[in-house]
Amino acid sequence: MSLSSPASPTDHADSQSDQQSQEYLWTLNFGPQHPATHTTLRIVLKLDGERVVDALPDIGYLHSGFEKIGEHLDYDQYVTVTDRMNYISPISNNVAWHHAVESLVGIEIPPRCVYLRTIICELARISDHLLCNGAVGLDTGAFTFFLYGFYQREKIYDIFESLCGARFTNSYTRVGGVSHDITPVTIEMIREFCRNFPKTLRDMENLLNRNRIFVDRTRGVGVLTKEEAINRSCTGPIARASGVTVDLRKDQPYLAYNDLDFKVCCATEGDSFARYLVRMAEMWESLRLVEQALENLPSGPVNVGMDDRAHKPDKTMVYSTIEGAISHFELVMSNRGAEVPCEEIYAATEAPNGELGFYLVGDGSNRAYRARCRPPSFIHFAAFPHLIRGHTLSDVVAVLGSLNIIAAELDR
Amino acid sequence: MPVTTAIESIIRRVDGVTTDAYKAQHRMTAPVDSIHEVLAMLHGDYGFDLLVDVTCVDYLNYRDADHRFGLVYVLSNTDNNARLIVRTYVDDPEPTVPSVTDLWKGADWMEREVWDMFGVRFADHADLRRILLPDEFAAHPLRKDYPLQGRGERHNFPVLTRDHE
Repeated sequence: MSLSSPASPTDHADSQSDQQSQEYLWTLNFGPQHPATHTTLRIVLKLDGERVVDALPDIGYLHSGFEKIGEHLDYDQYVTVTDRMNYISPISNNVAWHHAVESLVGIEIPPRCVYLRTIICELARISDHLLCNGAVGLDTGAFTFFLYGFYQREKIYDIFESLCGARFTNSYTRVGGVSHDITPVTIEMIREFCRNFPKTLRDMENLLNRNRIFVDRTRGVGVLTKEEAINRSCTGPIARASGVTVDLRKDQPYLAYNDLDFKVCCATEGDSFARYLVRMAEMWESLRLVEQALENLPSGPVNVGMDDRAHKPDKTMVYSTIEGAISHFELVMSNRGAEVPCEEIYAATEAPNGELGFYLVGDGSNRAYRARCRPPSFIHFAAFPHLIRGHTLSDVVAVLGSLNIIAAELDR
Repeated sequence: MPVTTAIESIIRRVDGVTTDAYKAQHRMTAPVDSIHEVLAMLHGDYGFDLLVDVTCVDYLNYRDADHRFGLVYVLSNTDNNARLIVRTYVDDPEPTVPSVTDLWKGADWMEREVWDMFGVRFADHADLRRILLPDEFAAHPLRKDYPLQGRGERHNFPVLTRDHE
């Protein structure tokens, strides 16, 4: 876009023409409350007509001091706070948090718990990608696509509700186990979901994969090269869409991923469309993972035994047996719980959005001395100005949606 | 190249670097004067191209702690998936470490967050502003001497009123 300068020939000094080209730049506040940011974040856009010259992200509107709270709640209590970080897939945050705690303390969870956590992590990944891709579709004008996705997300909520009683903020995991064992009813619900979901996923792919409007809006938009993706610390689907083959499920297998067969989905283009395609492909892989893990779900206890002094006993045990009552009491006493070493550990899991890590410092008590969360949204949003420069205003939502920025995780 | 080889080689090349491990996680501690040199070596010569995380720990009340702040860099090698944690320690007053934004662009916001939350300065950082808290906020809340409930900063925030009020 060229804007001719109406300057008179008499005052044609360089500094003045600079100033005049500046006059055509205007500033647009995108957010903090805007339907297309989906969450509370603000971007100050410098525009030349419709062209984005620069973008200045302004974040912190949802900062709630989660890391400070983490130093004042014990390892089981803090799981309720991790729910509120990435609320699109809360259960994978629960797993990430307790994965870190168990790595620090050195607790080995039973095989049934390992498989159960794998199943819920992959269901969370499906529900995250459904919403993320749905939102990209919604912002670029494909409302049906979003509704198809949201209907299946609702099914996953139903599964979580039957699993632990909460639909949205699950707080499902505990140190050394989970809050409730899976029931045959829930298993049947997951089986039914696995039967019905492929049809929806195929429908969704048919709706958008070759949709002229959608492809035009997203292909070649917000390109992140492989070098830039690594240099800007990107992980997860965003790095994989740029050709960086990182996936913690393969690189540092945790839970049951070593025993299960799945592919790491990658693309090389690095644009918004590639990120959409990677997420769609990952849902197929997650579905395979859920099916495999469900068929191989071991029997046996779902929590570590009482002797490990890590997991609080069942409420029925606590209320009806003296051993249960004593065990529960000892665990909630500040000086009687499992022994936490005075050590530091960084443990990460592959959350739907990228690498979700916790840097934990234990000080011997049942509270973390430091509970740093490595939030993928925060790191991906830092790359946003680089991605949007030179594109048009309408591309802002296509890029922002494909990065899947969750403000609660961004600001914590 | 395995992580241990890289660590041994760094220890030979730079004075004052020590190493330890916890649960198969390799860690390296470097003095603050040579931390940038060490990280640049790891980035350039040993293939640690992904900066996973930069964070800080305030060891104010920590048992047997010799220093106030510990800076933590989590590095990853995208070729062979090796991981390494590099730490350095700084003290009051005016804790300062060199910025690594010249090596990794991704360090920009992570370092701003550490400055915001801990008040550790990053020398040569181009844009060291607060990131999560408002600019007029005076304290660094993740320090251990900052109370959980705050010091009443919220009550002093300027409030926008409607014109007719």
